[in-house]
Amino acid sequence: MKINVLAFGVTKEIFGSSLVSLELTNDATIYNLKYVLEQQYPRLKQLASYMVAVNNEYALPGDTIHERDEIAIIPPVSGG
Amino acid sequence: MNNIQILLSTETLDTQTCIDWIMSPESGGIDVFIGTVRNATKGKAVLKLDFEAYEPMAFSEMEKIAKQAFEKWPVQKVLIHHRTGTLQVGEIPVIIAVSAAHRDAAFEACRYIIDTLKQTVPIWKKEAFEDGEVWVAAHP
Repeated sequence: MKINVLAFGVTKEIFGSSLVSLELTNDATIYNLKYVLEQQYPRLKQLASYMVAVNNEYALPGDTIHERDEIAIIPPVSGG
Repeated sequence: MNNIQILLSTETLDTQTCIDWIMSPESGGIDVFIGTVRNATKGKAVLKLDFEAYEPMAFSEMEKIAKQAFEKWPVQKVLIHHRTGTLQVGEIPVIIAVSAAHRDAAFEACRYIIDTLKQTVPIWKKEAFEDGEVWVAAHP
């Protein structure tokens, strides 16, 4: 399946775009997604940490991704 | 919920508007936290800050924190306003206001809200220095 990944802050600079498209297997998990992203964008591994949000909620590594989910990479937040 | 007000805005945040909304005859005290853009980080002059938000999620995470405040303390109203875009030194990126019958709940809830916001709400700031720009907290 093809998924779109939203990027913000430092991640937008790492991806060179606020949106990237990826090809994942149909039963892919957050863990799989992070692996694919880190292969393509090794600078992700230099971040202090980063989370993945699915449909506006923080996701866990074992959560499954579905086609048409809204996926976003959340680098360390620094609001306030 | 009409006792929660959440705002993400590119416009200047207005403290008095927040106080006017949070005040009520039932309240014995209101607690207001105002975050301001500081002119230096670790001794280096800061020229400006740029705030970026993942808006729908930032909004829902702020709403979650406000609801948690109601679960944890006997508070009456909770307001969270956050700015996005470019802010100059002295401008206000965030205002938290809490009203309660008694001050302990208002103080504690206000502190909890700003501390949790800084940990969970998907908003990012980039500091601009004379020699470059840095996304705050991005790298270890």
